[in-house]
Amino acid sequence: MSASDAPLLEVVGVSKQFPGVRALDDVSFTLRAGEVHALVGENGAGKSTLIKVLTGVYQPDGGDLRHLGKPVTFNGPLDAQAAGISTIYQEVNLVPLMSVARNLFLGREPRNRFGLVDVARMNREAAEILAGYGITSDVRRPLGLMALGAQQMVALARAVMVDARVVVMDEPTSSLEPREVETLFGVIQRLHERGVGIIYVSHRLDELYRICDAVTILRDGKLVHTGLIKDLDRLQLVSHMLGRPMSDVRKAGFTSFGGEHSAAGGKPVLRCADLNSRHKLTGISFEVLPGEVVGLGGLLGAGRSETIKAVAGALPLDSGTVEVDGTTLRRPNPVAALKAGIAVQPEDRKAEGLALGLSIRENIALAVLPRLSTAGVVSERKIDKIVETFISRLRIKASGPHQRVGDLSGGNQQKVLLARLLATGPKVLLLDEPTRGIDVGAKAEVQALIDELAAEGLGVVLVSSDAEELVEGSDRVVVLRDGAVAGELRGDEVTTEHLMNVIATAAS
Amino acid sequence: MTAPSLAKSRGFDAATVRRLLPVYGVYVALAVLVLFNIAWTDNFLAWNNLRIQLVQVTPVVIVALGMALVIGTEGIDLSVGSVMALGAALIPLYLGYGMIPAIALAVVGGVFVGLVNGGLVAFVGLQPIVATLAMLVAGRGIALVVSNGKYKDIRDKDFLAIGTDAFLGVPYTVWIAAVLAVVVGFVVRRTVFGRRLLAVGDNRAAAQLAGVPVKRVLITVYVIAAVLAAIAGVIQVSRIGSADASRIGLLIELSAITAVVVGGTPLTGGKVRVLGTVAGAFLMQLLTATMIANNLKDSTAQMVQAVIILVAVYTARERRTR
Amino acid sequence: MTLVAEPKLEKAEAASLRTERIVELVQRQGALAVLAIVLVVGLVAYDDFRSFDNAGTILVSAAPAALIALGMTFVIITGGIDLSVGSLYVLGGVLAAWASQYGIAAAFAVPLAVCGLFGLVQGLVIAYARLAPFIVTLAGLLGARGLMLALSDEGGTTYLVDPGAFKDFGKGELLGVKYAVYLVAVLFVVGMVTLYRTRFGQSVYAIGGSEDAARLMGVRIRGTQIRVYVLSGLLAGLAGSINAARLGSGVTVLGTGMELDAIAAVVVGGTLLTGGAGTLGGTIAGVLLLQVIQNLINQDGGVSSAWQTVISGTFIALVVVAQTYLAKLRRVASG
Repeated sequence: MSASDAPLLEVVGVSKQFPGVRALDDVSFTLRAGEVHALVGENGAGKSTLIKVLTGVYQPDGGDLRHLGKPVTFNGPLDAQAAGISTIYQEVNLVPLMSVARNLFLGREPRNRFGLVDVARMNREAAEILAGYGITSDVRRPLGLMALGAQQMVALARAVMVDARVVVMDEPTSSLEPREVETLFGVIQRLHERGVGIIYVSHRLDELYRICDAVTILRDGKLVHTGLIKDLDRLQLVSHMLGRPMSDVRKAGFTSFGGEHSAAGGKPVLRCADLNSRHKLTGISFEVLPGEVVGLGGLLGAGRSETIKAVAGALPLDSGTVEVDGTTLRRPNPVAALKAGIAVQPEDRKAEGLALGLSIRENIALAVLPRLSTAGVVSERKIDKIVETFISRLRIKASGPHQRVGDLSGGNQQKVLLARLLATGPKVLLLDEPTRGIDVGAKAEVQALIDELAAEGLGVVLVSSDAEELVEGSDRVVVLRDGAVAGELRGDEVTTEHLMNVIATAAS
Repeated sequence: MTAPSLAKSRGFDAATVRRLLPVYGVYVALAVLVLFNIAWTDNFLAWNNLRIQLVQVTPVVIVALGMALVIGTEGIDLSVGSVMALGAALIPLYLGYGMIPAIALAVVGGVFVGLVNGGLVAFVGLQPIVATLAMLVAGRGIALVVSNGKYKDIRDKDFLAIGTDAFLGVPYTVWIAAVLAVVVGFVVRRTVFGRRLLAVGDNRAAAQLAGVPVKRVLITVYVIAAVLAAIAGVIQVSRIGSADASRIGLLIELSAITAVVVGGTPLTGGKVRVLGTVAGAFLMQLLTATMIANNLKDSTAQMVQAVIILVAVYTARERRTR
Repeated sequence: MTLVAEPKLEKAEAASLRTERIVELVQRQGALAVLAIVLVVGLVAYDDFRSFDNAGTILVSAAPAALIALGMTFVIITGGIDLSVGSLYVLGGVLAAWASQYGIAAAFAVPLAVCGLFGLVQGLVIAYARLAPFIVTLAGLLGARGLMLALSDEGGTTYLVDPGAFKDFGKGELLGVKYAVYLVAVLFVVGMVTLYRTRFGQSVYAIGGSEDAARLMGVRIRGTQIRVYVLSGLLAGLAGSINAARLGSGVTVLGTGMELDAIAAVVVGGTLLTGGAGTLGGTIAGVLLLQVIQNLINQDGGVSSAWQTVISGTFIALVVVAQTYLAKLRRVASG
């Protein structure tokens, strides 16, 4: 193979292990010159790990990385940049307090004959360059004052300025207005013509089909599919992302969920009406009956976690009401929501769920301390009792109640978190990806537990990127898209086929 | 086959040492220092000497208790020295009406500063170091304004008795510090507030979602720290018999932070070691005393202290990547 | 359909932009504005304040603080803090007085070398051990004071400046203004060029604004941090030299709280304590403001000089609260 035919960037059989998680498992990926290559998958599928391997942020545990056909090792992001790989991160990685022009030129400022930064020339050139990206605002103002979309454009301009041969774009359109999206596509077109290879991460199917040539789909750290995007229709794409490969189903059987729950009927235990939050949620309404599991479906970024947060009082709402057992929450905040009987398991249990440095005991008791104390002094006996109850009920495996939560396995951490929720005696459970990142055994236990809780009469809202889990665990599924309700599956419609159909058609 | 496993076991040992050193290092060092002094320093065990050491370490212990709570929430309070000065400066104002109103006023002064610090941290969202820095600058100024910049002698006998008299041979001030240490220890271990404080320090977002009133906890912590500092100021005045707002509590924030950190409380929050903090204060006190008793100069003592602080912080640094 | 909605939106946006501009102005130029007001009050109310001599006094007594604040501005813009400068300033003064027996060059070089080295050590610890700057420099404060006490027999010896070129420098005037003031002015100009017009200056802003972003953009984080603390140490040492030349001796008891005055001046001058933004012009205004207030308090005689610290503390609180408010406003505006 001659050098010109060699792919710009290629990884073969790359693996990357993190404590407790296999983030990438024997993944191969090829990017050719002038190709716009979509990289898709749900949260935790391994996209960001793969990007970080390609851009030198992580070093892979196994497998090869090849640049223009030659094996390379990137010891850091600077190595990758030197090789012509530029990255535009989802969260703008520029310095908001510095001026637009200084951001654009940081580290390669034009200098005058005294070796000093030529500010006038820098500003002039910055204005010229950015005009090509549809940005005409004053380049001397701090970057942070621009709209997020414009900041994204500056990041793009900066990435492209350095003779980039590969540009990685991580959800570039998530903060752009429609007009800015068009500008971005224009830029991508120009890069494409120049023979630059583009790795494009997005969840907006219409964008993928509009601008991408090839697609690679990851799921649970493994490569699911790679090929030309025109050979794959939307439904196939979605089912690759969310669906379980048949081999896995044969191996592990189905999920541990039982059948339908006999919803007690009557008054809904949770009723959300017209929840609105700027840029995040638009008019979300749904109800949960006692003993019912309602799934929230949709692709990443559809507003599932935001909905959960809004119901739990952790996301400020512009309007809308949350009603528990017929009583409307007057001031939506986590304390009030908890008092009303809403318990939430956040998506990121390490960042928002558990106090990892504290013990199992302290974590379980945290939310119910007032109930376990007299005049502000906690009763160790009462705590012991409740902690023992939950450790045995949820079968938390630990050396004892005083073990640090940070030292537990993912599954046991999740159980500790669930124990804390249940200790509050909730009426409604909001579970955001309850089985993410935990081993198969613990997964089955958690799923069985959800069934059991619903059978006891709790209302459960379940978010999961695992289509089977969502379908089998839920009595009804509300499908979201772009922060709004796109459809609802009831009764016989609650199947993976229907779910994927709704997602695929809703997204067009 | 053996080489990696050997390396592995050694790595494990190193990790264990790294884990245990910040926690128990202070007790070992204190024991070594005491033994050294018993062997080499004349009259070390004489009650008079021990008494002096105890009395001298008292203000640092009291201030450090509050500092430990603040650090437990992943904060810091640089204003404690100024609050000590403020507490001291407020004493002479109402001493004419008796001892109780005078001390009450000093405590109210502490509450006021604590509310300002806590409010800036909890509601405005300032970094603790920034919020308390303003109070560090302004607090001593207020103290000087209150005392009119004058050094005031105290003549109230009841009040001076706090600093001079003893119960069972142990000075009152030491008793006060001991009681406060026990109370703070109890608060951390056995109260709702203590548990919440640790949760806020370990993971504020999680605590918030678990229904912990984060803002109230933060404000309370800063108020407690400031009140303890004011009490330390009061004690200092009763001991030296004068209120000198320009000197009382100068650089005590440094000694207090040192005591807390040396005592095994990480600056990253989520843990408070009360006994360790007291031991840390004793260690630093004894270290200085030992060096002076053995004819090392104050200057050397300060440089040694500087090195110890850095070593303590370095060994205690954990979970930096969060 | 948007015809109706748009003007309304623009109005609201214009209003929020106006609030933002005002707060920004207060934050960035507040020190200058208050300085102007205080100067006017002083000129009207106090006869002695008006004299040329008094202006010279203000400038020359502001000189050491200005140098320390110059270094502190760099440090704070990187998001750090240097609490050791007060001790280094005293150490520098003692070293300068002692070294003056070997001539003027030694009286400048020795403090610069020692304090610069001290800054280097602190910078290395901060950059490589990744310890919090405030704790490292707090230890540095103690260490530098210990070193100073060791050099001066536990503060017992006060070195007198030898009569000669160094002492003459301290006394020397040009057009009625002390040499030291010109030196400070020149250094501020050099500082401004460095901060605004060199790549080093750009990295100072970048790592203070967002260390992660700066790293991804290829900025050398450690090198910049180390240089900033060296710079701060050097300037504190130089401030000590200048002061020793003026006073004719290396005074061992001054300098406590000097780091706080410097931080106050920098923050009052509109530099973000969280890093990433700030100007040296603001720092000058901040230094002069605090000095003028002190001078006026001295003129009045009836007011406690402690008010100066109360004012600067309150000012710090107000400025940082305004900065936080501004940051929130911006987040709302762009998000």
